[in-house]
Amino acid sequence: MTSHTLNPDIWVDQYADYLFNYAVGRVSDAEIAKDIVQETFLAGLKSAKNFKGDASERTWLIAILKRKVIDHYRKINSNKGKAEVRMSYSSNVDSEGDWLEEQVADPFSLLENDEIENEELGLAIQDCIVKLPKKQALVFQMKTIQGISTEDICNELGINPSNLWVMIHRSRGALMDCLNKNWFSI
Amino acid sequence: MNSCEKAAIICNKSQYNEATFIEKIKLKLHILICDKCLKFSKKNGELTNLCDKAKLKSLSINEKEALKEKLKNIDDKF
Repeated sequence: MTSHTLNPDIWVDQYADYLFNYAVGRVSDAEIAKDIVQETFLAGLKSAKNFKGDASERTWLIAILKRKVIDHYRKINSNKGKAEVRMSYSSNVDSEGDWLEEQVADPFSLLENDEIENEELGLAIQDCIVKLPKKQALVFQMKTIQGISTEDICNELGINPSNLWVMIHRSRGALMDCLNKNWFSI
Repeated sequence: MNSCEKAAIICNKSQYNEATFIEKIKLKLHILICDKCLKFSKKNGELTNLCDKAKLKSLSINEKEALKEKLKNIDDKF
């Protein structure tokens, strides 16, 4: 079995977005997710000497992140008053009567599966983005994920629009190939 | 630049709604006669759909730099 080593220097570039997406899926709040990612890295640094090298770096960080997510929910539920089951019926004024029946999950609904699948898709895309050359990944993320305008990206990175479109073209091509391998073949 | 390369650029632009009306017509005409670009165009649209569906999020450069800075400061203490 190959043993893995830790490289904290590349953590932010390699794993920050992956961990961030993972965390957002669990706490549904970007600000909290950001804090959790930071705490994860800090905890990772502190316990780096305990890293045995059995798992890959990312798996190890994800394991820490999961603990941090649990800690987060413990913290927001620590006050006794908040610990009680919150099941409000008043959210929908129109519905009256069979309130318990209305809470039951629809057995035929596939929406929950969609959510799970979309999260996995997001992580798969993130995996592919990390494999791109750094500058291409950056341009693709700014354009596609953060939705920054072409002009602003060009100003910020000091490139001209045709450079930008070439990089977008290459990154999209590489992503299509990567997703074909990693997503559609599963 | 040959017509396929031009078509690819327009196709990429239209994924971000940045292609002009004329450009879109040019692309459509080219796709009619070019099988390769038709395929590319479909794949490209698919990628856009996937990215939308996944509701991707990422940290901005500034946020990442701030994060790196913080980790560096901690790292020095060990």
